[in-house]
Amino acid sequence: MAAVHFHNVTLGYDRHPAVHHLNGEVAPGALVAVIGPNGAGKSTLLRGIVGILRPLDGSIHLGGLDSRDIAYLPQSADIDRSFPISVFDFVGTGLWRGTGLFGGIGKAAREKILRAIASVGLNGFENRPIGTLSGGQMQRVLFARVLLQDARLIVLDEPFNAIDSKTTTDLLALVKRWHSEGRTVLAALHDMEMVRTHFSETLVLARGPVAWGPTAEVLTPENLLVAMRMCEAFDDSAAACAADDARSRAA
Amino acid sequence: MVYDALIGPFTEFEFMRRALAAVIALSLAGAPIGVFLMLRRMSLVGDAMAHAILPGAAVGFLLSGLNLFAMTAGGLIAGFAVAILAGVVARSTGLKEDASLATFYLASLALGVTIVSIKGTNIDLLHVLFGNILAMDDQTLLVVAFNATVTLLVLAVIYRPLVIESVDPLFLRTVSRAGGPAHLAFLALVVINLVNGFQALGTLLAVGLMILPAGIARFWSRDLTVMICIAVVAAAVSGYAGLVLSFQTRVPSGPAIILVATMIYIVSVLFGRVGGIVRQLFPGRHLEA
Repeated sequence: MAAVHFHNVTLGYDRHPAVHHLNGEVAPGALVAVIGPNGAGKSTLLRGIVGILRPLDGSIHLGGLDSRDIAYLPQSADIDRSFPISVFDFVGTGLWRGTGLFGGIGKAAREKILRAIASVGLNGFENRPIGTLSGGQMQRVLFARVLLQDARLIVLDEPFNAIDSKTTTDLLALVKRWHSEGRTVLAALHDMEMVRTHFSETLVLARGPVAWGPTAEVLTPENLLVAMRMCEAFDDSAAACAADDARSRAA
Repeated sequence: MVYDALIGPFTEFEFMRRALAAVIALSLAGAPIGVFLMLRRMSLVGDAMAHAILPGAAVGFLLSGLNLFAMTAGGLIAGFAVAILAGVVARSTGLKEDASLATFYLASLALGVTIVSIKGTNIDLLHVLFGNILAMDDQTLLVVAFNATVTLLVLAVIYRPLVIESVDPLFLRTVSRAGGPAHLAFLALVVINLVNGFQALGTLLAVGLMILPAGIARFWSRDLTVMICIAVVAAAVSGYAGLVLSFQTRVPSGPAIILVATMIYIVSVLFGRVGGIVRQLFPGRHLEA
């Protein structure tokens, strides 16, 4: 039973595919890096997995996980940093799955939130408004929230962009901890060195899948070159994809 | 002497007591809504919505004269229609909420003024535009209090998703489907409170008792709960002082209330603890860490 199963998935915007005919599956507990140049469809693929974007064609099966079993860290979270909310309360929203609309935050939950904040190294920041944090601190806060979500599938979209090496090391340790706890982790990344050393499985994406498998076999100069050559522009006059099924051709 | 000026009007005249009760009810419900409007950068949306309720109120007026009950019902219907249509259009198309709302409220305002001018006199129009809190009868006061109670109850229910949706809408979308309903419920509360304020302050100033206290609160606290409390107190104080001012000077009551709120707002902008101008000009020596 795969954690994520792609069945001929095409994802995109306005009928233009950003991810084209992807097949394959992610095993439960896998630690998968998704790499590719800008515009390769990495973010689009992750948005498809968490259900924000519906596939234009094909389907994504999550093996019985519902939306509460997924934690998603978007690339540029559209967070209103000026909103008056403390780090404690913000991280606490990660407990949504348990508390829902009305559930209280009891003593045990408070402990959990404090532990999460501590494990991303932000002790003492509990009462700070999120607007006063630096970029790296905010990323730590977001990781703390993911931690509290206690999700079986964790989807991270370029989580280490513009983050210094100390913070990256700390947060990467969290990712590996999630992996060791048997959670499935997918992360879109750019740092090849990091992928080579820490991620066992890699998907090279350039709109279509270029290669997918064990990192050592997939991360070859040839594959990366193919990915780099991908044409980024949409073709406004593109014809309907011949490989698509009859329904989408009619549309 | 002080007693005569500040308390006398309310012990002596029933209409003043009713007005005070109404303005306090309006403050309790409207100010928290105003705080959320401000934090969600929807202050002007509130203003737009205030115009949107006009055609409904005007139809109520057309059908049953200056009956506040009918006008309230009409206003609610028109306001809900515009709020929900605008929300639905914004959510199902790429159009931003402000643009879609602008379209709907302009249409509403035009329709409303047309309807009032078909039947109404200038005095009717004045009443619709600026309200008359001193003319509250028991029935109207009950409507106002009822609406305020409903507002506080609904706000308590949608508080958590509303806060999360304001900070991080994408997160709420990934964990829950409560975001959409919470947003629509919030728009509905905005309408209810505008109609409420409409009785007292008229369609043009109804939003004032929501937005001005919120603006005041922003200058005194960085905490949401404290902000809401400050806004409620500021609204109630403005309401009371405005009524006294209006009683003593014959300034119309609605504008008097809003003018007092404006005075407090100006003081807050100048001397507020959080980002007030004087604070920024003389911040004191920088700290060690």
